[in-house]
Amino acid sequence: MTAADRVLVLGYGNPGRQDDGLGPAAAEEMARLGWPRVSVQDNYQLVIEDAADIAEHDVVWFVDAARSGAEPYEIRRLRAGPDLAFTSHLLKPETLLAIVEQYYGRSPDAYLLAIRGYEFEFLEGLSERASGNLAAAVTAMRRRIGTSVEQKP
Amino acid sequence: MDRIEARERPRKIVIDPVTRVEGHGKVTIRLDEQGAVEYARLHIIEFRGFERFIQGRMFWEVPVIIQRLCGICPVSHHLAAAKAMDVVVGVDKLTPTAEKMRRLMHYGQVLQSNALHFFHLASPDLLFGFDAPPDKRNIVSLLTAHPVIGKWAILIRKFGQEVIKATGGRKIHPTSAVPGGINKNLSVAERDPLRGQVDQIIAWCGQALEHHKAYVESHSALHRSFAAFRSNFLSLVGPDGGMDLYDGRLRAIDADGRTIFEGVKPADYREYFVEEVRPWSYMKFPHIRSLGRDDGWYRVGPLAQLNCCSGIDTPLAEAERREFFARNGGAPVHPTLAYHWARLICVLHCAEKIKQLLFDDDLQGSELLVRGERRPEGIACIEAPRGTLFHHYDVDENGQVTRANLIVSTTSNNEAFNRAVTDVARNYLSGREITEGLLNHVEVAIRAYDPCLSCATHAVGQMPLIVTLEAADGSPIATRVKE
Repeated sequence: MTAADRVLVLGYGNPGRQDDGLGPAAAEEMARLGWPRVSVQDNYQLVIEDAADIAEHDVVWFVDAARSGAEPYEIRRLRAGPDLAFTSHLLKPETLLAIVEQYYGRSPDAYLLAIRGYEFEFLEGLSERASGNLAAAVTAMRRRIGTSVEQKP
Repeated sequence: MDRIEARERPRKIVIDPVTRVEGHGKVTIRLDEQGAVEYARLHIIEFRGFERFIQGRMFWEVPVIIQRLCGICPVSHHLAAAKAMDVVVGVDKLTPTAEKMRRLMHYGQVLQSNALHFFHLASPDLLFGFDAPPDKRNIVSLLTAHPVIGKWAILIRKFGQEVIKATGGRKIHPTSAVPGGINKNLSVAERDPLRGQVDQIIAWCGQALEHHKAYVESHSALHRSFAAFRSNFLSLVGPDGGMDLYDGRLRAIDADGRTIFEGVKPADYREYFVEEVRPWSYMKFPHIRSLGRDDGWYRVGPLAQLNCCSGIDTPLAEAERREFFARNGGAPVHPTLAYHWARLICVLHCAEKIKQLLFDDDLQGSELLVRGERRPEGIACIEAPRGTLFHHYDVDENGQVTRANLIVSTTSNNEAFNRAVTDVARNYLSGREITEGLLNHVEVAIRAYDPCLSCATHAVGQMPLIVTLEAADGSPIATRVKE
């Protein structure tokens, strides 16, 4: 990652379903930093037109809640791949990357930040454990995105 | 990857997809003693709790927070709640600017949501065939094989989202519709870029329709027969009986097109509908009261919107509507796959309406809000992309919601899912094996209705598809997992 890289942070999930809102909460934290060259978006889910925004960036961070897996978070490098699952309104980051590659001819570096959540009922607000995981995850993402983009405008 | 765990004596097949916005849904196919399909059910097991989510909220915040229910159609919930809360604040008629802003937002939503459904979800099935392997039957392959359709998928969607952003303040979670009106107008700076794109969008919508009609022509037997059954239909229509996706009165027709009722105010819905509860599903089974449980179920959504209306007030969509009925015998159209054709006509209509509104100076008006005398109850309907959406709220003297009742379009189509899946099971279940072909056809049948199975949740680590075979006594004998 270089100082000239344009970075996109895409946090997704439903804040009305407790820890499913970890992705948007992480996006909010990142937006608050106001870093130049770092664009931040949040949404309920990934959508096909995100491909247009991803194509305009060199690095993309997908931030999602995880129902299982490592605590407090896991960072995974992502590669473009076809969607072999039951097709629905759900769009996987790998599929979006494949669309970007296919349609825009671009292959940005991509990472998944999967933040471990625990409660997913119809309530607003993160669980206490998830809030702790969020803080650790955002710190890690800030570090990984790097000091190169951290200088204030 | 598929994992098959064999046991013995298959009798029941369960399909359990789990995705972010659609939550848990599973399909059970019940065999009789002779091994033939007795019936099939789509179980909605996550569809609970969201009405309680609203209780205790202040009425004015509901149009914003209600969007938490659904990742597919938050704008529809936003607008339906705002319409219901108009009633609560004693407003029966909005200012022209407010009503047209909301309409523009709604057409943007229906355009983008239906476009997503058709291009992203349905097109891979239709263009590659229902039996095509999953590594081919997906959006990425579609982009490779049919790049022009991929372009429509991305850019029509993007345009719809830009309309929502311009009218709602944000492309997701709009906040502009408030009880009694709207909190912003459309600035010239917001309007002009949309004006510059809209003709191209209309052209692409028309081309997509032509493309689909050619598909129907070349697959006419499949189109007619796949998961096909007759039903009643329900939709809002305008005062003249024409298509109106934002507001109007309820009209229901029977399978032959005879009127069951019409001119029904949404506020009177309880007199005309029963919301039946069945023990095996969290989702209610609404039916038309006068016809009873067995005969009163109905379908909603694009096919119902076309079947129920007497015409469309935009020229291109109206010409397509006439052709749609002419090529289908003139009577109400019933095949499940006709939902896709109808959906594209609605997409074209929305694009035309967006253009009309973008050239209407009322959108730059400054009279945004009306106030009246507070009422304790608000009921409203809107035609969401998947069909008629009911919002009903009771509000106490402090302004807090004490009760909420929502009938979402997926609920209204509940019985239709079961009929569609039953038809597929009878035609594609072979012996006691859960074949890829059966799964694919079940998927296609459910997907035609574009269900929003729970307005729910999903996160990394969930499995999208589980299939279980169960014996006659209900015990599972095989499970197939699609990850």
